[in-house]
Amino acid sequence: MLSTLGRFKERTIHAALFLSAAVSVATTAGIIWVLVYESAFFFRCDWSLLTEFLTGTEWTPLYAPPHFGVLPLICGTFLIAGGALLMALPIGLATAVFLSEYAPSSVRSVLKPLLEILAGIPTVVYGYFALTFVTPLVLQPLFPNTEVFNAASAALVVGVMIIPTISSLCDDALRAVPRSLREAAYALSATKLEVSTRIVLPAALSGVMAAVLLGLARATGETMAVAIAAGMTPKMTLNPFVSVQTLTGYMVQVSQGDTPAGSIAYQSIFAVGLTLFTITLAINLIAHRVLRGFREAYE
Amino acid sequence: MNEVSDQPRRERNVPPIPAMQVPASRRQTSEPHPPEPVLRTENLTIQYGRFAAVKNVTMEVSARRVTAIIGPSGCGKSTLLRAMNRMNDFVTGASVEGRLFYCGEDIYRAGFDPVELRLRIGMVFQKPNPFPKSIFKNVAWGPAINGFRGSIEELVEQALRQAALWDEVKDKLHDSAYALSGGQQQRLCIARAIAMQPDVLLMDEPCSALDPIATARIEDLIDQLKSQYTVVLVTHNMQQAARVSDRTAFMYMGELIEVGDTAVIFTMPGEQRTQDYITGRFG
Amino acid sequence: MSVAPGIFVPRLQRRRRIGTAVATMCALLSLIGVLFLGVLLVRIGKEGWESLTPTFLTNFPSVLNPEQAGIKSALWGTLWLTLVTVVVSLPVGVAAAVYLEEFARPGRLRWFIHINISNLAGVPSIVYGILGLAMFVRWLHLGRSVLAGGLTLALLVLPVVIIASREALAGVPKSIRLAAYALGATRWQTVWSHVLPAALPGIMTGVILALSRAIGEAAPLLILGALTYVAFVPSGPMDAFTALPLQIYDWIDRPQPEFHRLAAAGIILLLGILLPMNAVAIGVRAWHQRKKAW
Repeated sequence: MLSTLGRFKERTIHAALFLSAAVSVATTAGIIWVLVYESAFFFRCDWSLLTEFLTGTEWTPLYAPPHFGVLPLICGTFLIAGGALLMALPIGLATAVFLSEYAPSSVRSVLKPLLEILAGIPTVVYGYFALTFVTPLVLQPLFPNTEVFNAASAALVVGVMIIPTISSLCDDALRAVPRSLREAAYALSATKLEVSTRIVLPAALSGVMAAVLLGLARATGETMAVAIAAGMTPKMTLNPFVSVQTLTGYMVQVSQGDTPAGSIAYQSIFAVGLTLFTITLAINLIAHRVLRGFREAYE
Repeated sequence: MNEVSDQPRRERNVPPIPAMQVPASRRQTSEPHPPEPVLRTENLTIQYGRFAAVKNVTMEVSARRVTAIIGPSGCGKSTLLRAMNRMNDFVTGASVEGRLFYCGEDIYRAGFDPVELRLRIGMVFQKPNPFPKSIFKNVAWGPAINGFRGSIEELVEQALRQAALWDEVKDKLHDSAYALSGGQQQRLCIARAIAMQPDVLLMDEPCSALDPIATARIEDLIDQLKSQYTVVLVTHNMQQAARVSDRTAFMYMGELIEVGDTAVIFTMPGEQRTQDYITGRFG
Repeated sequence: MSVAPGIFVPRLQRRRRIGTAVATMCALLSLIGVLFLGVLLVRIGKEGWESLTPTFLTNFPSVLNPEQAGIKSALWGTLWLTLVTVVVSLPVGVAAAVYLEEFARPGRLRWFIHINISNLAGVPSIVYGILGLAMFVRWLHLGRSVLAGGLTLALLVLPVVIIASREALAGVPKSIRLAAYALGATRWQTVWSHVLPAALPGIMTGVILALSRAIGEAAPLLILGALTYVAFVPSGPMDAFTALPLQIYDWIDRPQPEFHRLAAAGIILLLGILLPMNAVAIGVRAWHQRKKAW
């Protein structure tokens, strides 16, 4: 029988464990609080500023008069994230199909760790590679009008960065499709390709979609590679060969530079942060919703 | 083991334990001229790694007959069945020795195309596994992939009629297959296999996941199918084998103990082990 | 056989050939990532190798004299940061995982905490920097110190530690717990003496991966206001600091090619720390999974 002291000890431990778990809730609350509170300072209850923020197409916080339309930053963010996804989806999906359907286990045991290594490389390294290799030696020879800082090189390296994410999530989705469906298809005289692409892949579709969304969320939040490679000139453009600025890139620029603390230009960092947080949160929530639906279908 | 008897067409004997009775319609002796074997194994041994699931089995499957393979769990009957359309190719570590002939050709020889084999030998699995598509697309998928030229709607209708499912689904062909009941799904899987116009239909315990009424309907179906297809049926339900099959093979621990006409096996088995299994002494 | 309303033209040869072609294409596409990795490592190796001298490791960075510049302050800064990060995130993360897996009753509260952690795992690292700026630098008046930076990074990697630890705990067979309970152990005694030791490899893998993520992060530290030109080694948790990724970023930002070579050397050092860490984590996980297969 547990003594009073023992029970007390057990209770305190339980409480300590609960508090540790509650740290995560406190973190979320803290993030939301800080972003909203400081953004409120930025907007200073000025509805016209809010409207301009959400709909304006010029982001020039240091000009006189300053303009705070966030759309160019969002445009830059999605130009790069979209480009990254355009590259990572086919490669990630093909990798997942290859690994789960075709590769012998010897190849699998080499390729999977290599992809994990790829995922473990810090983003500054990708940024450096984009600036010193991709732009001068790949993009500029092929597309001579490419600027030194451009969206395409950032999109390319961010794409490589999210390949492991997409590939491993797609691999999970393909594996979740029950064996019985594959067997049924084989028994109907289908080739391996037909089973993979016409039965397994459609059955895994929502899992693949979740993978795409999570990759998109990651690419949206990507900071260092983009800050190094893409440049610092916010524009509304779809041209990948010019320099743009993303939400994250702007935040880095402000915190590095000489913008005086407390000034409205400095406060804009929080409004931009709130925008970024909201976008990635929304994408992540949708992705988890889709993923849960997919998992329930196959449990 | 009582069975729901709402089948007016055929007399059913409820077999008491331990004595086994074979339905009257089956109590004929074997025919004087057995037809040409469609499938034939010769010293077939199948191993998963070091474990021998099927040991040295030599048997024949006659055309347009129902051949049942019975035996206790783990005796190798499913493995033997899957060897017939090379479905055990998908099990890593499976190795096959001996020979298996389909219409005189050794299907395990080097260079033989298993995909082509499966055009002629279809399979129905233990648990119904329709594709997450509509009823129509489930049946039409196999023929479409395999280059069917002709009226696919007619083919689907014909297959569903043969599987005794047409009347129940003809108004909802484009509904999801998952909306059907378990028994209906299994009949859909049978229709799907039949739509490929195979010679042989392999059935791996097709009723084990179904309720007794659905089971009875599928047993009737098997009886009808036999006029057009050769059926090999694996079942752990002895009474089902007695009701439905023409020839029965008894396997135990990977070995083929005895094979013969169903009526003979169930009334005067030659081997002691067969007798023991049938009378319920083990298994 | 009944009369079929058509015939089959299976064209197996053709379908087989298409299958092989597509399989080859998938294989080639999978190799693109590996190819990229190879080119990246080779190029960085070539550009940075000569600058990776012993003086590089022992000198402080110099804006005027790239030949003399070193990475000492950043290296020590990273070490200090990592220390603070692991001291904070390891106990809190494992404790949280233990609570969620072993103590919490399934219900709304547990689901809510779980959702929180999943979402936090997807929040961009720069947002953690903002949280750290407001919470640690300003509100707790820690200033731009190692402590503030380490706490921020600890919060960043906490979800990783929790998720990995939870998986490790969930992987421990139920029978171990039941056996301990049957001998009269309390929940905590069971966890501490039996479940945690069994889950240790998985937890270690998670912690190593979390730390390697923290070591490579620059964005949150930039937001905190960490300086990029620091010519001293931190001697305590309240000192200012810089870190390897920050120093690398600073050098990349400069237009002169000498600094780019320094950046490459710094990257080699950074990867030289991170890649072995990742390899160990993957190795531990593989070893543990093979052991479990028993």
